[in-house]
Amino acid sequence: MKKIEAIVRKTKFEEVKEALLAADINWFEYHSVHGIGQSRQERIYRGVQYSTDVIERVALTIVCRDQFVDPTIKVILKTASTGEIGDGRIFISDVIDTWSIRTGEHGDTVLRDKK
Amino acid sequence: MEELAISLDTVWMLLAAMLVFFMQPGFALCEAGFTRSKNTANILMKNFVDFMFGSLLFWLVGFGFMFGSEGAGFIGAPNWGNLSFYKADLPVEGFLIFQTVFCATSATIVSGAMAERTKFSMYLIYSAFISLFIYPVEGHWTWGGGWLSQLGFHDFAGSAIVHSVGGVLALIGAVALGPRLGKYAPDGKSRAIPGHNLTMAALGVFILWMGWFGFNPGSQLAASGEVNRTAISHVFLTTNLAAAAGGVATMFLTWIKYGKPSLSLTLNGVLAGLVGITAGCDVVSPSGAVVIGLICGIVLVFAIEFIDRKLHIDDPVGASSVHGVCGILGTLLTGLLATDGGLFYGGGWHFFGVQALGIVVIDLWAAATGLLLFFGIKKFRGLRVGKRVEEEGLDIYEHGESCYN
Repeated sequence: MKKIEAIVRKTKFEEVKEALLAADINWFEYHSVHGIGQSRQERIYRGVQYSTDVIERVALTIVCRDQFVDPTIKVILKTASTGEIGDGRIFISDVIDTWSIRTGEHGDTVLRDKK
Repeated sequence: MEELAISLDTVWMLLAAMLVFFMQPGFALCEAGFTRSKNTANILMKNFVDFMFGSLLFWLVGFGFMFGSEGAGFIGAPNWGNLSFYKADLPVEGFLIFQTVFCATSATIVSGAMAERTKFSMYLIYSAFISLFIYPVEGHWTWGGGWLSQLGFHDFAGSAIVHSVGGVLALIGAVALGPRLGKYAPDGKSRAIPGHNLTMAALGVFILWMGWFGFNPGSQLAASGEVNRTAISHVFLTTNLAAAAGGVATMFLTWIKYGKPSLSLTLNGVLAGLVGITAGCDVVSPSGAVVIGLICGIVLVFAIEFIDRKLHIDDPVGASSVHGVCGILGTLLTGLLATDGGLFYGGGWHFFGVQALGIVVIDLWAAATGLLLFFGIKKFRGLRVGKRVEEEGLDIYEHGESCYN
């Protein structure tokens, strides 16, 4: 089992989500995040220029079985990219165990998909 | 007919008073929008205090200070709530209400400049003092029939009397307080502290624009007869043209200066035009009104930059530039552009000289009383909240409730 965390542009989120669902990744969470990075938005307020360090993005967290890792990454790389600075990152880490709260089962099979 | 005419005039005055009253929510929204959400309850409260204190104190003594003693001398006699001394065709109670909303407008200009860092209890002292004393005294010199009006000083609806006095006090209040934490970098560079809701600020400015249709045309204090109906229509037009010209000038200037047309400054530009036209709205031509608006809208941008970046005075909403600088400018421009007696219309230097003298005296009065008041409070009681209160917001510490939950 792996955990895939991806930070993507807000404007790309809908596309990424649809593509993940189409690729049978149908269990994930996401949230709005603020972060710091290379991306900059120059702004002017009452004549004073300032650069907003705060960048708004969507973070997706996907826990899946090993065989789904590569397809997931491919989907995200394909759909979340614009080629500009600020497209985001993907992080992958090992997951030790997973429990289903409803059935009390645990292990790899909890993440079993329909297929 | 005579009876009917007075009734018509009274209704117009009271309607205008309602419009000017509605400038209070305009100011409240504008100031709340230009400041941060952690201080919104505080700034709304200050706007309420200005009108509540103004209503009570101006009725009780301010009205007498301003209109008592038949306009002789430096200050009228306090009336202690008794209105019978005032003799005119218009009912005195209606006239009092009309004057009260002007007094409260002058008072409420200051809250924005002192936003986000003033102790609420100390603000109450200021608010009481302006309605009780500062405004009625200079009002006595001018609208109360005092010495400035006898010289021929012309301030139709209050560029000098209402706005520049509020603006000067705003500037001095901001100086006495010092800048908000984080406003200036250690090297002195100005930092932006964006307001939390420009929708509110924009709505506030639209409301103020509407309120000005009571502020300026209402100051005719009459609507009946050909002279009056022509005059109030003329003032409506000049007021609106100056507001539009002010906003347009600021929009294009910020576009050129900063690369993009700035909403926050354009809102100030509209107000700059309105403040500027207030003194001479009855005596300048429509094209003169456009000129006043354009000049005020352009000067505003440089005034805000100068006060913020060079003088390092932190005025979060730009009250000192909008009301102070443009109030002074409007009073002087009246001396140049009045179609009857203005310098540019062949009237010579006399009228302009009187305008210049008036604005200097009025603003020196505001500055002197403001210095005593704000630096006095600062020395004896402290004007500013503690660091932690300022960081976490005045709403929680000063009022115990927050605007957004």
